[in-house]
Amino acid sequence: MVAEESYPEDLRYHHEHDWVRIDDDQAVFGITWHAQDALGEVVYFEPPAVGSQIEAGGSYGSLESVKAVSDLIAPLAGTVTAVNGAVVETPELVNAEPYTGGWLVRVKLDDIDAVETLLDTAAYKALL
Amino acid sequence: MPPVPRRTPLYDRHVELGARMVDFAGWEMPVYYVGITEEHRAVRARAGLFDVSHMGQLEVTGSGAEALLRKALASDIGRIAEGQAQYSFLLNAKGGIIDDLIVYRLPEKRWLLVVNAGNIETDLAHLKAMKQRGAVVTDQSAETAMIALQGPIAIELLADLWPKKALGPDTLKPFSVIHRSVAGVPSLVATTGYTGEPGVEIMCAANRAGDLWDGILARREHGVVPSGLGARDTLRLEMGYPLHGHDITAKTTPLEANLERFVHLGREFVGSDVLDKQAEKGVKRRLVGLKVVDRAIPRETYPILLGGQKIGAITSGTLSPSIDRGIGLGYVPVSLATAGTVLEIDIRGRMRDAEVVTLPFYKKES
Repeated sequence: MVAEESYPEDLRYHHEHDWVRIDDDQAVFGITWHAQDALGEVVYFEPPAVGSQIEAGGSYGSLESVKAVSDLIAPLAGTVTAVNGAVVETPELVNAEPYTGGWLVRVKLDDIDAVETLLDTAAYKALL
Repeated sequence: MPPVPRRTPLYDRHVELGARMVDFAGWEMPVYYVGITEEHRAVRARAGLFDVSHMGQLEVTGSGAEALLRKALASDIGRIAEGQAQYSFLLNAKGGIIDDLIVYRLPEKRWLLVVNAGNIETDLAHLKAMKQRGAVVTDQSAETAMIALQGPIAIELLADLWPKKALGPDTLKPFSVIHRSVAGVPSLVATTGYTGEPGVEIMCAANRAGDLWDGILARREHGVVPSGLGARDTLRLEMGYPLHGHDITAKTTPLEANLERFVHLGREFVGSDVLDKQAEKGVKRRLVGLKVVDRAIPRETYPILLGGQKIGAITSGTLSPSIDRGIGLGYVPVSLATAGTVLEIDIRGRMRDAEVVTLPFYKKES
């Protein structure tokens, strides 16, 4: 039920252990394998409201394990267009499928080119 | 530089089992092996095996042993016979809880106190400062390992490792204590625990702990799983059992903590005058169980409010794996300590309704 460690090449990464997937003109955010492993079994997802503005480097919600609370740090700025209701219902999806079923929010980015400021797989893995 | 955390005799086994280790009260302990929720559920459904060797063992012997304990403990040890145990407290002069513990009455006028890991030195100093003539208090914590086997199948599993000719462990009533060999290891077996499930806590010499642990885990086909301190904490919280240093401290009394059933008044012991007064006049605040309306998790220090006014704070909380709700303990004014009262908890800036409930949070279906 816990995923194997991986950092897919088609994603971009933020040093706070978030990943970003560009999907047309929007972005999908989630947390990396490393982040979910450090947190342990996720039991609660406090999502942002759809339509809310999030700022790069700011908190956009939280994930909690039995033992700890972790603020979700937005890798890029934008407007939340969707929240993954499946993770609200079944938070452990973040552990089981951190890069697929465990995505957290979909965001209309303020500046889609800002994605270029994020890390690629090699640069992120060098941080771990 | 922080002190180097201590390790129990079972440390290597925890690492081999893939445990996530954390620092707890100065000890490097397994918080979980596979996951807290899975281990919690295994203990409720079958059995879990816990290393609790960090806990302290203080032996009290000598002609003054009984006199010392009558004065030092808030419960009346005269109520237990040889081979029985009792939940109790060491109080300070103000009635505050220095530690909560289990006192075991052993053969040959020996008494054993099992105390919290973080309080061993404090408890020892407190008992010695009472200067009871003829009482000898010895710290046996370093030489003693302790393993808890807890869950509905714990006793049945233990029977497999029990001497064939002895009366089975199923004949032991709760809060009994007996010398037995378990899986060939000379042990002190007590039908006590911190999970709300049937089971035992087993003490043995530190250098035999590995044999005892391996002997029990060799019966894994029964469904016993190694369980960490994470599950131990969620299990005890579901039962509403307090954790010293959090829910009960040197600044709270057993009456405020809703634990008066374990205190025997009408006797003289350290702190008894304060408790007598509290029993007569009533307490101002009381420790209650709070159940959140949803899965939001109350945690230590989160404010408890009524009508926007802070009236208390959470002392410990978690997501209950059994009832799937946020649960917590906290002190509130006694007028609000009645089951059914709806209060609010400030959970990371959002107010959540939480109901005062009768403990335990988790009640076994019968």
